[in-house]
Amino acid sequence: MNIFVCIKQVPDTTTRIKLRGDGNGIDEADIQWIISPHDELAIEEALRLREQEPESIITVLSAGPERVTDSLRMALAMGVDSAVQVDLPGDADSAMNARALAAAIGRLGQADIIFTGKEAVDDGAAAVGPMLAVFLGLPCVTVVNGIDYGDGAITCRRDVGGGNIEVIETPLPAVVAAQVGLNEPRYATALNIIKAKKKPIDTLSADELGITEADRKMRLKNFELPPPKQPCRLIEGATAEQANELIRVLAEEIQAI
Amino acid sequence: MKILVIAEHKNGALSEATRELFGLPFGQAEVHAVAAGEGVEPLAASLGQLGAAKVHLIDSPVLADGTGESLDQAIGQFIEQLAPDAVVVAHTPLGKDLAPRLAAALDAALATDCIQVNLDGGEVTVRRPVYAGKATAEVEFTDDSLKVITVRPRTVKAPEPDAARSAEVATVAVELPEQKTALREILAGGNERPDVTEAAIIVTGGRSLGSAENFSVIEDFADSIGAAVGSSRAAVDAGYRPYRDQVGQTGKVVSPQVYIACGVSGAIQHLAGMRTSKHIVAINTDPEAPIFQVADYGIVGDLFEIVPLLAEAAKNRNGN
Ligand SMILES: Cc1cc2nc3c(=O)[nH]c(=O)nc-3n(C[C@H](O)[C@H](O)[C@H](O)COP(=O)(O)OP(=O)(O)OC[C@H]3O[C@@H](n4cnc5c(N)ncnc54)[C@H](O)[C@@H]3O)c2cc1C
Ligand SMILES: Nc1ncnc2c1ncn2[C@@H]1O[C@H](COP(=O)(O)O)[C@@H](O)[C@H]1O
Repeated sequence: MNIFVCIKQVPDTTTRIKLRGDGNGIDEADIQWIISPHDELAIEEALRLREQEPESIITVLSAGPERVTDSLRMALAMGVDSAVQVDLPGDADSAMNARALAAAIGRLGQADIIFTGKEAVDDGAAAVGPMLAVFLGLPCVTVVNGIDYGDGAITCRRDVGGGNIEVIETPLPAVVAAQVGLNEPRYATALNIIKAKKKPIDTLSADELGITEADRKMRLKNFELPPPKQPCRLIEGATAEQANELIRVLAEEIQAI
Repeated sequence: MKILVIAEHKNGALSEATRELFGLPFGQAEVHAVAAGEGVEPLAASLGQLGAAKVHLIDSPVLADGTGESLDQAIGQFIEQLAPDAVVVAHTPLGKDLAPRLAAALDAALATDCIQVNLDGGEVTVRRPVYAGKATAEVEFTDDSLKVITVRPRTVKAPEPDAARSAEVATVAVELPEQKTALREILAGGNERPDVTEAAIIVTGGRSLGSAENFSVIEDFADSIGAAVGSSRAAVDAGYRPYRDQVGQTGKVVSPQVYIACGVSGAIQHLAGMRTSKHIVAINTDPEAPIFQVADYGIVGDLFEIVPLLAEAAKNRNGN
């Protein structure tokens, strides 16, 4: 099978976000970059599928500036076969990223299955997977937490909230967006991380893919940090008094119960 | 300006998240609504009472048993006919599945999970969270393409329906191509409590609960105030709760009116899922726990002593 995985490089989730002077983005100076958590599930699913179908080739793609090659190397260390950087500005929007990834996959060969994450934890848009599917004319199943692989088709379990699961069958090729529960991503071993440093990473430029600024539909500006919180009001007293007071606050001050 | 609201419905009633969309500041815009499914006609009256000037009904059995694919194609075709300036849908599992595909198919701009929306004055201005709620940003639309916007539930209050209002109603015919995906089955979660993404109040327990059985303390309190039960990832990983209850960056993102964190340390990945809650309450033995930095109200103490008393106090209050 020809398997593709799209991964986004995002700031480590424990990073403190600082804004750029002009307020139109974040200060990237001290940021540790990681593979967005759901995208690790996408990589893991590809690796497990290749274990079932050993003839498979896994190509991982990441759209973004040069820094994304570090995340691509991490994917190589986890075990994917080849890695491609799609060279785009770091602030490309969902539409531009999806157009470029679709064009790149179109160039790299006929996909049998494309895995993405449910959403990237930087923009949390949950958009690029389904958009990419539309651009490639493929069906897409989102928030997938289980897959049964059949002959030319797969059956996916979708987490639709409230504990309800939709069971959806789709022919391949298809785009599948991974949700937590799909699998437990493996760790790359130190040895494989070192080996991955020497592996080649291909680059496709926006030019080569025919992507221009006109493919952008929006940009983010005027970033704001949340206003500083009022200090927490500690409720003191004997345990029973604390409980009564909190219930009173919920009922009378907040009027929530 | 022409705005189209996509109505989400279940068992013949509009979802609360859809009702809320009519609380958005529409200004002078012409507000249309579309309801797609089987037997959607009765929804027209509710949509009219909430403020839609015109309601469009797409009625087809295919839509009732179909996947997002059929809904997406039906609504996409209708949007091409109506040619609105903006399409608005709630950021629910359905809206999240629909909006990106619509935007891609219609070459539209997409802004998801918006927490401030202004459609007044002929312009669309929205703000959305970024970096898991650590910041927010305004969306600048770079051309005048159609705008597809999903709005986070509980961003605005649903208006009271006005019985004196009614909408013009039209039926829409669409032609659906053969569907690739097929819905085989829906496995019901059997959850009698509200879902964390829908509840106005969430009571969350963490690793400190120590076992699945001990979560009955949290459940009793939640039931006494009609709340959902949430969980930290540590409690899910330990097998105390199912994944569907997990709040946080790799779980659900919630913004209820009240979030009550019991024995949850407040790790940054947990905060990513709940920091936009309106009021945050923390109960923790450790006064230094980071959860107190985001909490509005706190009790320093043992949850096993305090939470049962909270349930009792809530029940007493209800009884009076
Ligand atoms: C990539 C990534 C993604 C993650 N995603 C998520 C996510 O989506 N959601 C999430 O929650 N976490 C997530 N985490 C994990 C997160 O970092 C924390 O490990 C987790 O939230 C801790 O859960 P906890 O607060 O229940 O446990 P702990 O951190 O162990 O905290 C337990 C707390 O209970 C208090 N306590 C103990 N006994 C009592 C008592 N009797 N009464 C009152 N208080 C008591 C303690 O003082 C402590 O503060 C993620 C981590 C990573 C790396
Ligand atoms: N720049 C990118 N490069 C590669 N994959 C991406 C990129 N942006 C998004 N994706 C994929 O699309 C998913 C959803 O991302 P988003 O729409 O940004 O929430 C991610 O989990 C990735 O799998």
